[in-house]
Amino acid sequence: MKKHSALLLCAAALATAGAMAAETPKSGGLLKFAVGAEPPNYDCHAQTSFAFIHPVRPHYNTLLEFDTAKYPAIKGDLAESWTVSRDGLTFTFKLRKGVKFHDGSAFTSEDVKATYDRIRKPPPGVRSLREESYADVASIETPDPLTVVFKLSKPNASMLSNFASPWDCIYSAAKLKQDPRFPERNVMGTGPFTFVEHVAGSHWTGRRFEGYFRKGRPYLNGFIAIFIAGAPMVNALAAGEVLAEFRGQSPADRDRVMKALGDKAVVVESPWVCSLVVTFNTKKKPFDDQRVRKALSLAIDRWGGAQALSRVALVRHVGGILRPGYDLAVSEKELVTYPGFSRDINASRAEARQLLAAAGVPNLGFTFTNRNVAMPYTPVGVFLIDQWRQVGVNVKHEQLETRLYLAAQQRDNPTFDAALDFNCDFMDEPNLQLQKYLSHDRSAINYAQQTDRVLDGLFDKQSGELDRKKRYAILREFEKRTLEQAYTIPTIWWHRIIVHQKVMKGWHMTPSHYVGQDLSDVWLDR
Amino acid sequence: MTTAVSATITYKVPKRRHPVVLFMMHQPLGAAGLVVIIAMGICAAFAQWVVPFDPLTVDYAAQLARPSAEHWLGTDSFGRDVASRIIYGARTALAIGFIASFLGCTGGAVIGVASAYFGGKIDLIIQGFMDVLLSFPIIVLAITVVAVLGNHVVLGIDINLIIAIAVPMLPRVERVVRASALAIRELPYVDAARAAGYSHTRIIFRHIVPNVVAPYLILLTAFVAQAILAEASLSFLGLGVTEPTPSWGLMLSGAAADFYQQAPWMIVFPGIAISLAVFAFNLFGDSLRDWLDPKIKL
Amino acid sequence: MLRFVFHRILLMIPTLLGVAVLVFLLLRLMPGDPVQIMLEGANVPRHVIEAERARLGLDQPVYMQFFKWFWAVLQGDFGVSMWTGRSVIYEIGIRLELSLQVAIMATILAVLLALPLGTLSAIFKDTWIDQSIRVFSIAGLAVPSFWLGMIVILLLLTWFSWIPPLTFTSLWDDPWTNLSQLIWPALAVGYRYSAVSTRMMRSSILEVLQEDYIRTARAKGVVERLVVARHAMRNALLPVVTVIGLEFAFLIGGLVVTEQVFNLNGIGRLFVQAVARSDYTLLQALVLLVSVFFVLVNFLMDLMYAFLDPRIRYR
Repeated sequence: MKKHSALLLCAAALATAGAMAAETPKSGGLLKFAVGAEPPNYDCHAQTSFAFIHPVRPHYNTLLEFDTAKYPAIKGDLAESWTVSRDGLTFTFKLRKGVKFHDGSAFTSEDVKATYDRIRKPPPGVRSLREESYADVASIETPDPLTVVFKLSKPNASMLSNFASPWDCIYSAAKLKQDPRFPERNVMGTGPFTFVEHVAGSHWTGRRFEGYFRKGRPYLNGFIAIFIAGAPMVNALAAGEVLAEFRGQSPADRDRVMKALGDKAVVVESPWVCSLVVTFNTKKKPFDDQRVRKALSLAIDRWGGAQALSRVALVRHVGGILRPGYDLAVSEKELVTYPGFSRDINASRAEARQLLAAAGVPNLGFTFTNRNVAMPYTPVGVFLIDQWRQVGVNVKHEQLETRLYLAAQQRDNPTFDAALDFNCDFMDEPNLQLQKYLSHDRSAINYAQQTDRVLDGLFDKQSGELDRKKRYAILREFEKRTLEQAYTIPTIWWHRIIVHQKVMKGWHMTPSHYVGQDLSDVWLDR
Repeated sequence: MTTAVSATITYKVPKRRHPVVLFMMHQPLGAAGLVVIIAMGICAAFAQWVVPFDPLTVDYAAQLARPSAEHWLGTDSFGRDVASRIIYGARTALAIGFIASFLGCTGGAVIGVASAYFGGKIDLIIQGFMDVLLSFPIIVLAITVVAVLGNHVVLGIDINLIIAIAVPMLPRVERVVRASALAIRELPYVDAARAAGYSHTRIIFRHIVPNVVAPYLILLTAFVAQAILAEASLSFLGLGVTEPTPSWGLMLSGAAADFYQQAPWMIVFPGIAISLAVFAFNLFGDSLRDWLDPKIKL
Repeated sequence: MLRFVFHRILLMIPTLLGVAVLVFLLLRLMPGDPVQIMLEGANVPRHVIEAERARLGLDQPVYMQFFKWFWAVLQGDFGVSMWTGRSVIYEIGIRLELSLQVAIMATILAVLLALPLGTLSAIFKDTWIDQSIRVFSIAGLAVPSFWLGMIVILLLLTWFSWIPPLTFTSLWDDPWTNLSQLIWPALAVGYRYSAVSTRMMRSSILEVLQEDYIRTARAKGVVERLVVARHAMRNALLPVVTVIGLEFAFLIGGLVVTEQVFNLNGIGRLFVQAVARSDYTLLQALVLLVSVFFVLVNFLMDLMYAFLDPRIRYR
């Protein structure tokens, strides 16, 4: 017996050692990956697209970052530790020692201050798209070179997450002083990789920064981001020319690549902080009538549709205004009680027909404006039109090229009837996701044109509510009213699928394709 | 005994055959082309009765089905029958092809005749403008016009797309027609007719127009082929017809590009359809040219 | 001769001016605002958008914008791309080599195919050789080049599990990689090009064979082979060369779609991207460039024609 257990112990020990040995990251190698679009310029603060994050992010650090292995946990990046005062108005960050910029200069708290000042109060000529996120910051102080203190004018429940935003790259204060627009054309940060070259239209190359503050990182010698999209991108994945593409692939792409690569590849899937919403132009009849809007929302069989669509498109999840799976999102039990989310689609459709008749438009016809993008806009558009047909509404599908689509939705004189739009963000955060549903004068991405001060009030209330349970309750009120009024309605949430080669390790899947892309922990097992 | 040899000379009167039949006998390739064109025309005109399925009906249960007895050419990513969409696609292709070609060629012919007939300053100005238009490659000009005009669909036909395809044709047709018209213009009897007091209209219609009919018809057929290709290219780029209208070019873009390894029938058949259509028009146009006026250099 | 050249050059100037005006106007009429596209989806306050428009010069009246642009162009300054902020000349310059190379390769392919095939087709007129070459040519005209490209890639991937290299290597750096990427689009585009040229060659030789001097040569007893090679081909080449030259300019059109399919970082794809982004400055420069090229090629062809055929000069 004793001999047996001893042998077992030995075996177990060996096995564990073996497993651990297999997981020891190897240094070296060049990561080749695909990016579907190209960043127009190099300034983090002025960009909104993943096309920027994937090639450029590895050159920079932020104050805090998401711990992608344990999303949505937050850990320090340039900040070693931080404290938040009890009233939520003071954030104190202790910065790491010995961090250097790529040009050799030392990183201090001055650089953090200069960066955040640039974001919240951009000098003339500088474009900063996230001013609003830091509107509550009253002052930034730097008592010593390794400490930064942010003082807020009022509590803001999203502020901690804001500091983990991948967009707030820390720039060198010295460079910004010389030229506030320096980051637009120059890449110079503290990140794990230094900038080598960018051949417009073709590729972007980075090389390991030997002076990176995390010893032993990055594992990779360098990376090449190749700008390809669509079928050529999938071909490249299938042929093994690129090891991954970090935005997401469609179910068909996944199947094709898996078939081609077999067990050289692995699939990871996750819900995505991205939803498709239908926006009604409330300034146009009959969409000014709440009954019509609600009816059109009731007509959609979200549960059935999600199943069918998930086979061909990168959508899958049914949720309300927040991502299903997020702790502040509504539970499924409560969701099915909301208008439009009932599992009894026949009852919903009956009610829809009644509402349309009551509103005086039983045989409504309108034009549905959609983007000209195949995935997932086209299938979801076709699906929605089919759904509306089943309550007697005749819809014409108009798919426009992006610039024409935006022209139809323009702020001053929108011409569309109803449109399919996206609501995507870099993280789960009500302050971000709810922007679509705010009043027209408060939100630049509200195309429904409505003014609803009740919703605005609820938004402000939840924004300043630091107690999570209370915040959840306020969000439910907001959600119920949104779905009842139906200015803009959530239809379906996206599903992120990443197929990558097994040799690429150290990268973790999250619901956001914007976070975790500094590549410092990625290594190649070969 | 002498046998009287009958001295009847049998004179064979050549049977008067219909020009179309003569054409088919002398130009077999052209005739084949014409047959294909007519078949397409029938498909397009009677699409509703010919198709096995409704091209717009979404059927998620039958997504990406292989060609089978039920769906002869398979289905696409929405479960729509590919064969039905191709038949309806003929309607889009032929409608846009003919209308665009007709507009472009007639416009070009009118301008060409006017330019040649009136000559002088008018000719110079028109030629200058045509030269400017000629400086753009067809696709570049078409894309630019589409970009400017946007989409404007009337009665199921995208007018702006048709204009965008017709515009680059104008100068090319104008050039050829003008050359033919000039040839007549130079002849002495035109001057004589003017001197005799005949009106412009009469001279144009009686003398000049008959001479340009041949090149006009040839160009018309040739440009239908070009128009079909242009529409396919523009739809492929996302600048032409949009979902869910069946169009051969559109069927090659979007989802087809993503699925084509699993479902190659999604791109093989629309491509064959485009090729066949353009092929047929070219064969017919070629033969028409050989038949009517072999000396024409286009 | 010089007068002819001078006369033609003079005529080009108003044409190019017309092109510049037309391009500018057309593009400003285009719906779609570059700033909106760039900031799409971002919740930015209105003043940021206004500031951007001012930075790009879009807040000024159209005629002012035109004069500013035109004056700069005359000095060789084509401005900066509204999308990237980099100089337009740079954006076009890095992509020019690829597109030119594909165009030249397609031309070489076309010539290599057209001359022999066209001649054979003419000599053996109406035989099965002629018919099959004609079918081959018309197929080249009929098959959309982008579809051909898609099929080629599909076959490469299915049969050889291989795709062409993704990034561009210059011919001078690594000829093998370069060719393995560009031969496929050159084939797809070149097939159509060769079709047009073959047909032209055929009809040109047919025409020449009707001429009197051919009859004379035959009457003199010259071997048929020499008749064709020495007399017919040389005279038939003239219109063919013209067509090849003109079609070269047409290639630009074919490249636009083909570059999308093969994902080549060339001028064609740049054009499509610029349209999608409403990048006015880049579009203006691109279209102007292509048109100037077109006009120049036309001019050169006319020149060559006049040079080789004295009858034309004295018109």
